[in-house]
Amino acid sequence: MDGLILQILNGLDKGSAYALIALGLTLIFGTLGVVNFAHGALFMIGAFCAVTLQRILNLGFVDEGATSSSVGGFSFGGAQETPYVEHWFGEAVGGTIIDWSVPLAILFAIPVMMLVGIAMERGLIKHFYKRPHADQILVTFGLAIVLQEVVKFYFGANPIPTPAPDAFTGSFDFGVLIGYDPFTIVYPYWRLVYFVFAMVIIAAVFGFLQFTTFGMVVRAGMADRETVGLLGIDIDKRFTIMFAIAACVAGLAGVMYTPINSPNYHMGMDFLVLSFVVVVVGGMGSLPGAVLAGFLLGILESFASMAEVIDIVPGINQIIIYLVAIVILLTRPRGLMGRKGVMEE
Amino acid sequence: MTSSNFTRRGLLKTGAASGTVLATPTIFTGAAWAEAHTGFTNAPQGDTVTLGFNVPQSGPYADEGADELRAFELAVEHLNGEGDGGMLNTFSSKTLEGNGINGKRVEYVTGDTQTKSDAARASARSMIEKDGAVMVSGGSSSGVAVAVQALCQEAGIIFMAGLTHSNDTTGKDRKANGFRHFFNSYMSGAALAPILAAQYGTDRKAYHLTADYNWGYTTEQAVRESTEAQGWETVNAVKTPLTQTDFSSYITPVLNSGADVLVLNHYGGNMVNSLTNAVQFGLREATANGKQFEIVVPLYSELMAQGAGENIAGILGSQNWDWKLENQLGERYIGTNAFVQSFGNKYGRPPSQAAHTCYVQTLLYADAVNRAGSFNPCAVVEALEGFEFDGLGNGPTLYRAEDHQCFKDVVVVRGKENPENEFDLVEIVEVTPTDQVTYPPDHPQFGGGDATLGECNPGA
Repeated sequence: MDGLILQILNGLDKGSAYALIALGLTLIFGTLGVVNFAHGALFMIGAFCAVTLQRILNLGFVDEGATSSSVGGFSFGGAQETPYVEHWFGEAVGGTIIDWSVPLAILFAIPVMMLVGIAMERGLIKHFYKRPHADQILVTFGLAIVLQEVVKFYFGANPIPTPAPDAFTGSFDFGVLIGYDPFTIVYPYWRLVYFVFAMVIIAAVFGFLQFTTFGMVVRAGMADRETVGLLGIDIDKRFTIMFAIAACVAGLAGVMYTPINSPNYHMGMDFLVLSFVVVVVGGMGSLPGAVLAGFLLGILESFASMAEVIDIVPGINQIIIYLVAIVILLTRPRGLMGRKGVMEE
Repeated sequence: MTSSNFTRRGLLKTGAASGTVLATPTIFTGAAWAEAHTGFTNAPQGDTVTLGFNVPQSGPYADEGADELRAFELAVEHLNGEGDGGMLNTFSSKTLEGNGINGKRVEYVTGDTQTKSDAARASARSMIEKDGAVMVSGGSSSGVAVAVQALCQEAGIIFMAGLTHSNDTTGKDRKANGFRHFFNSYMSGAALAPILAAQYGTDRKAYHLTADYNWGYTTEQAVRESTEAQGWETVNAVKTPLTQTDFSSYITPVLNSGADVLVLNHYGGNMVNSLTNAVQFGLREATANGKQFEIVVPLYSELMAQGAGENIAGILGSQNWDWKLENQLGERYIGTNAFVQSFGNKYGRPPSQAAHTCYVQTLLYADAVNRAGSFNPCAVVEALEGFEFDGLGNGPTLYRAEDHQCFKDVVVVRGKENPENEFDLVEIVEVTPTDQVTYPPDHPQFGGGDATLGECNPGA
């Protein structure tokens, strides 16, 4: 029983990442009709916003008289540096700012991701609206590889540790609350934060589309782009903004993911394929479907990697997601919540 | 596998040559070989010799590959008499005088293994066929090492393995033309077990998470057998997909498994993520069976330590070499400081163990050629087999004739609690002496009695 609870918790935060990425993918697909394989790269760029901010905050100068380790007369790593922020704001405040670099990176990532999103849409993707999906997939996949290599050039191939603030390190003992022994059901604080964060973002996106005029126009455009255009509304501009918002959602998902796993240049690709499966299972173009499928597949993946399950069906942990995708597509060809007419011209 | 066919012409030549080899007795001394034979693959023409350095330049191990390449460049520089000479000054064999190899100036070409067997074979093949490389070295994966080693065997080229830790490289997949300086899974297990017993006691229950590929299996087996021999019990061993990034669903069952030690048979990105996840889930603070919960990482690397950051604090593992060895443990590890100093002066950073093994392998090859007086692979094999040397940073070392594996001390390290800088991430706990990590050539973990080097192949 405790094992099951743990795997549901695991599935929730894995699902959070899937859901956030799939949400952005679906937004782009629903509005612009573009299958964006560069979406994983946006997640990765978001994560590297956190890395960049962490590096900026740690920029410092060398204190005189500090020591360094040396071998055979050669010294490495130089001396300990004092970060400028600590110098300016005092050690306590400066130290806290550095400690909170990941949450602070959200503020940094929003404008960056908006700009990246707009540049991507205006610079490249808009030229592919009228082209077949295969062309879109090729060009966005190519773009993803380019972005990935650019990041690798500047940050290297090795993962870069980006710890959560000290207040959120460690884990929360759920088990004790519901009468288990200590250390039976523990869950890291940051993963709880990630889940809550994902729920807030998902709610915000839905709220925005549901309760604002802008959102209403976008939804109308998703349903019938031509008619909305005939009504004299500049739907292209709004769709560009939606692309930027989708890029932002992916980017923020990336920022907050960095303390869970040290970011590296190919983390986007790791999530991309799964996120597409999530979108397809949820139903192409369906936002609630993407979220539902994200959590569903996250939890299933967690269950499938339990030793007890692997003992019965060896290798199930590697294929569960695709197996479910096949079953769902066989029984519900449009996915869980897909509408008629999407990608079916 | 279609990739075993070289060019048609090459194949014909190889056939003809191996016919000759079979027909002649193979008791030539090195010098005799040199005079009687130039008939081997890529015999150097003119006054230069070309070496092929096959390292991951793209993909997840690109940083490790970059460090290997730095070491190769440095080795070539030293062999050609440039720079401060590094370990040439401390190496017990004195044939290397800075005038190249066998009097020929050393040139090199590089290939990108991408840490994929097929890509690594393709780049090795290109270096051999197009660039005329007479020796291939490098790599940071056992899958790649085994694949490239087999290719070099077919082509009649010497393979000086880079970072490869699986038992199979010099175990069931050993080849006459291949040599490994790096240590292996068995040695890690043998070196770690006594220290684990001393630190954590003999009454422990271990849970293994194992990367689902060749290196993972041999490491799990080695650590299991050596810790079980010390009285530990293995509660469970779960294979994790190589592509896994979030290990939470594999970590959480550990808590309630009755285990009190988690062994992570993971390398590279897998290790960084699984360790980070394990620490997040509070395994370092947890207690089980009335004992403090512990995590063990059998194979450490500097780059992984950097990637895992503060999560490695207090975690035990093993290494082939560490740049602080001579400073901390003295004269026995002579060569270390000489290498670290010239590497540091050139690149502004201490070398990784991957860089060290690549540098050493290049020197060992060059020295073997000099001693043999010939680039002929079979002469080089003869010169390296049973070769005892010192002064290359690991203390007295033997290149065992039976399996072409180096035997030397193994370094047991622990992640530092408070690293002083980005290069000072692990501390040396102890060094396990050679005799404790030595095993018979026909050990079951190494293919048993069936494993054989085969005949050396000089190619055509």
